[in-house]
Amino acid sequence: MEKHVTQIDDQTRLGLYREMLRIRLVEEAIAERYGEQEMRCPVHLSDGQEGIAAGACMALRKTDKIVSTHRSHGHYLAKQGNLKAMLCEIYGRAPGCVGGRGGSMHLLDDEAGVLACLPIVGTSVPLGVGVAYAAKKKGEDTVAAVFLGDAVMEEGVFHECANFAALHALPVVFVCENNDLSFYTSLEVRQPDRPMTDIAKAHTIAAQELDGNDASAVYEAMSGAVEKARGGGGPSFLMCNTRRWREHCGCRYDYEMGQMTEAEFETLRADCPLANLGTQLREAGLLDDASEDALRTELGKEIEEAFEFARNAPFPELETAGDHVYA
Amino acid sequence: MPETRSLNGAEAAREALFESMERDGDVFMMGEGIADHGNFFCTTNGLMEKFGAERMLEMPVAENAMTGIAIGAAMMGQRPVMSLQRVEFVLLALEQIFDNAAKIHYATNGRHKAPIVIRLVVGRGWGQGPHHAQSLESVFAHFPGLKVIMPALARDSKGMLIAAIEDDSPVICIEHRWIHFAKGPVPEGHYVEPLDGPRVRREGSDVTIVATSYAVLEALATAEALAKVGISAEVIDLRVLRPLNLAPVIKSVAKTGRLVTIDTGWITCGMGSEIVATVAGECFGDLKAPPRRLGLADHPTPSSRSLIADYYPTPEALIDCVGEMVGAQAKQLEAARADMGEHRGGLPLDVPNPTFQGPF
Repeated sequence: MEKHVTQIDDQTRLGLYREMLRIRLVEEAIAERYGEQEMRCPVHLSDGQEGIAAGACMALRKTDKIVSTHRSHGHYLAKQGNLKAMLCEIYGRAPGCVGGRGGSMHLLDDEAGVLACLPIVGTSVPLGVGVAYAAKKKGEDTVAAVFLGDAVMEEGVFHECANFAALHALPVVFVCENNDLSFYTSLEVRQPDRPMTDIAKAHTIAAQELDGNDASAVYEAMSGAVEKARGGGGPSFLMCNTRRWREHCGCRYDYEMGQMTEAEFETLRADCPLANLGTQLREAGLLDDASEDALRTELGKEIEEAFEFARNAPFPELETAGDHVYA
Repeated sequence: MPETRSLNGAEAAREALFESMERDGDVFMMGEGIADHGNFFCTTNGLMEKFGAERMLEMPVAENAMTGIAIGAAMMGQRPVMSLQRVEFVLLALEQIFDNAAKIHYATNGRHKAPIVIRLVVGRGWGQGPHHAQSLESVFAHFPGLKVIMPALARDSKGMLIAAIEDDSPVICIEHRWIHFAKGPVPEGHYVEPLDGPRVRREGSDVTIVATSYAVLEALATAEALAKVGISAEVIDLRVLRPLNLAPVIKSVAKTGRLVTIDTGWITCGMGSEIVATVAGECFGDLKAPPRRLGLADHPTPSSRSLIADYYPTPEALIDCVGEMVGAQAKQLEAARADMGEHRGGLPLDVPNPTFQGPF
């Protein structure tokens, strides 16, 4: 894949930091309150993986569309999905983004371009490719970004989609978050030792492997892929390596599940996308204790208000449970 | 405009596709082999020349992705008509159909729609065998959010397909290969046959026969033979299997007191089971005899014509079933059976009845 030459500016780097911090604080707030048993749906938290969500979505326009997975909070927030609607959905309340019909695994925000987040592995991939096909057919310059996990590479539907997207040079970017785990099963048990980028390349799709915990690198690569897609250059595949911090579903850290020792966990957590960029920003004089505190205070206030809103929002009416079966 | 034209089901479906694509630029076809020399069983003749490859999208052999791509495009305002040459190919795409097409409107609280049509063809005869002759309508009819239609008459093959394409919900259109051959009057131009439920195709007073697709044609011919021996059968064409509107069936059974269902698929968990259960719940007191269900023999479809003799529900089986319910004389039934035998003209069982020329 051609090296893209986007020069990331300071403002963008600060923006990435802000987006990642916002996702982190939201996930931590969910984890903190989950035990209250008021958020009564499964949650798949994404802390540790914020670099990919922030980096990729920052390179997209508002009118571009994303589709995502069960672990979608970060993508939704980074694409500027409405926080209150997301929390209401998780709390099962009427103002939730789908009115309490989906929970954490079915987020969407039309205005922000979050088309669909769906939990069955691989299920949203063809939807994103269909969006790209429709855009191309109508001559629109919309780009579709498809977030997918490493396990999707094991699903037939990925290959079907990659084949079609390449054949028709569709404006789609596959953003693969390789966190090494599907549930609690590591990659080495599921796939042979091979560069996953080779799979995309076999479909003639430009592919690049990235440090997913380097949000700036993700942003730069994504900017190139998006520009190429918008210009009619066809699909790209970005394999972004990262790690999940919490259990597959729920709020405990992975070491608490006996997956690894606490020391091993602390080692992987040391490669934190937020801290990585924070250190760079501090070294560049773009961030200090005071500005970080101010940012945390501002975001904390927004998040606290959103939780307050969600907890006080009405539940959907039982009589509406059968609505919208048919359009 | 008098309905003077007689078209077969394939020609009627072709007109539906033509009219729909002509009227709405967002309608496009996608599928496997939709514009080769076979022209998808003659249902796409001339469409490639008229509309071009972009709207006659030949897809890779990848049914699961194809279905998801159709749904994604539909969510963006397109109206894809996906066509697969046999029902069985769609089995590779059930996750997309059941999880996404059927639920996207509901699970997005009405924000998104997936106006797709999936045309599936049921094979029969000429040794189609285990993987080329399954109907499976009750599988699709299980899911809220899907509409499932099975046109029988040529007029419906056109009008219901147009209605399906214009519908904002996903529609599974199961086209029996043998209705492609059956002729009937078909209006010219654009018209819609609403996807609102069954139609009484023949009125009668002794028994209600509920059939779908090709079985409707056979039931109508059988009813004619029964009439000649003094048995009056009402024939209902189910047409729409989901959402299932059984009000006309209940009304009919309340009148006749007897119900026979004919499944295009297997009897167990088939449409007939659903119909009998509903009728029993709604007008049990009107029943003069236990309802009966006909359908495929309870094994996969064999290829050899020697093995299918008892596989499909034949007009003779229907005659015997009705005869038993109304307490007919053996002589009456014999005459009706002979009549149906004559009707078929000694043709082998593995080709469609060429006398189904309508009007029905």
